[in-house]
Amino acid sequence: MNIKKELMYTENHEWIRYEGEFAFIGITDYAQNSLGDIVFVELPETGDTFKEGDGFAVIESVKAVSDVYSPGSGTVDCANELLVDSPELLNSDCYGTYIVKFRDFEVDGLMTADEYEAFTAKEQ
Amino acid sequence: MMKLIFEITKEDRRSVRLPMSTIPSFNIPKEYARGQRPHLPEVSKIDLVRHYTALSLRTHGVDNGFYPLGSCTMKYNPKVNEKTASLVGFTNIHPLQSAQETQGALELMYDLKTMLCEITGMYDMTMQPAAGAHGEWTGLMMMKKYHEMRGDTQKRVILVPDSAHGTNPASAHVAGFDVKSIPSAADGGVDLEALRDAVGDDTAGLMLTNPNTLGIFESRIVEMAKIVHEAGGLLYYDGANLNAIMGQVRPGDMGFDVIHLNLHKTFSTPHGGGGPGSGPVGCAKRLAQFLPTPNVEKKGDTYFLQHDNEDSIGSVKSFYGHFLTLVRAYTYILSLGADGLSDASRIAVLNANYMMARLKDTYTVPFNGLCMHEFVMTAQKLKEETGISAMDVAKALLDEGIHPPTVYFPLIVKEAMMVEPTETESIETLDHACDVLLSIARIAKEDPQQLHDAPVTTVISRLDEVEAARNPILRYSISL
Repeated sequence: MNIKKELMYTENHEWIRYEGEFAFIGITDYAQNSLGDIVFVELPETGDTFKEGDGFAVIESVKAVSDVYSPGSGTVDCANELLVDSPELLNSDCYGTYIVKFRDFEVDGLMTADEYEAFTAKEQ
Repeated sequence: MMKLIFEITKEDRRSVRLPMSTIPSFNIPKEYARGQRPHLPEVSKIDLVRHYTALSLRTHGVDNGFYPLGSCTMKYNPKVNEKTASLVGFTNIHPLQSAQETQGALELMYDLKTMLCEITGMYDMTMQPAAGAHGEWTGLMMMKKYHEMRGDTQKRVILVPDSAHGTNPASAHVAGFDVKSIPSAADGGVDLEALRDAVGDDTAGLMLTNPNTLGIFESRIVEMAKIVHEAGGLLYYDGANLNAIMGQVRPGDMGFDVIHLNLHKTFSTPHGGGGPGSGPVGCAKRLAQFLPTPNVEKKGDTYFLQHDNEDSIGSVKSFYGHFLTLVRAYTYILSLGADGLSDASRIAVLNANYMMARLKDTYTVPFNGLCMHEFVMTAQKLKEETGISAMDVAKALLDEGIHPPTVYFPLIVKEAMMVEPTETESIETLDHACDVLLSIARIAKEDPQQLHDAPVTTVISRLDEVEAARNPILRYSISL
């Protein structure tokens, strides 16, 4: 399983990358592998605000429909519109494909890559 | 590739010649008239018969073979149900006829609701909802009205276990509630501590199926009911799994306030094709005033439809629901009788435990102990060792003429396969299915590619599910 050293991770198998005042969130290799082929992604609108635990996107794979939960609170700066036509990017390039770019994002309790690796090993 | 009925059509070819109409013709005003003839299929009778016979040969139903589709209760649908449902006294009446002219039909509906109330421990019931999810929505709307009438407008949250049927959160959402998910405990039941933390002043209710989707009886149900009731919430019972408990325990006695039933599961009416479904909703006395109207009632020896009920949530379906489905369920209950229904549940539970015992060393069962009418096993170990997933196992079963179990549900179990054999299968059928599943696990180790290629004996081999989901062709376009 592929884990990128430079990213932060959540227990819901999301990765977070900070760039200036923005936080980019996507799903990990573990998540995309568990979900299977992703066929549809429902995205939030720019300006939507989310609290910790809110579902901010919905991912539909051939197996199931799953909510993507926000690990913190923040406002959507933009969603990745590429996913509307090419949801499979979450399978083929999960770390290069963010789902939502947040601003004013506040979050606690993220894991480092090493901690996340240990966490997924325990999950299995 | 088989042709569609629209592709074998020939202009002016007919299966039936209708007699000349005796109704005077009428010129439809031009703004309402269609510009061209409708594209209806035009075929000869033999081509019509062959087309649909060919289609019927390509399906797999309970009458074709074993169908252990978890949560769906694919039990045998007795043919006597069809006989009673086709009695002209039932088929030649019209819903707009007077109660005086339809006493027999009303009596059947009244008796059926009385029997279903007895089976479930409910006070009253509506027969209107068209199927399970429609019943869920109806029950939730009644719960909403209950809270509103009491001035509890802050009660906007429906709690749903993370193992719930997907329709539960969906129905709650459509009924205007917010949904909060409750995690499962290590034994597969609802985590009581998490439930205590989740309830509050905003709790409108908890939706639950018992036995739950893992096929485990929620043994802490009385305590759960207490926690929800003390917070002012109501308990909703998803009747999808009632087949495990008929004549053993009643949802009403467990503390449930509202319940929906799936007559097309537990009470042997067809799921599709010959359907439609039916999702009666029962409730405790304190919610009876909110039931949809009209509801069938009895005064003296006379049956009538009660339309006046100002607190009712209103009508949820045209007329009284799917009446002929009610006739089938009524027939089923009378055919089996009280002891028969009780036996049906006991044998359903026995059959599921028999299969689980034979399979659990090969396909891991995530929660120990006895199961109820169904069980969840996982292909996770198989997938790690051989690359063969639950989906591959499901496809391989098709080659053996067995309908696969429900796969990838419940979501809390990876590579889940949910098996519900039902009470109507013989031990030989159960053994055969177990033998096939065990041999698939062996092939997975010896020749996994064979399973990746499955099914090979079906009319259509493995479908490209990704392409089908991404680019579905939902409509046949008629070339003009």
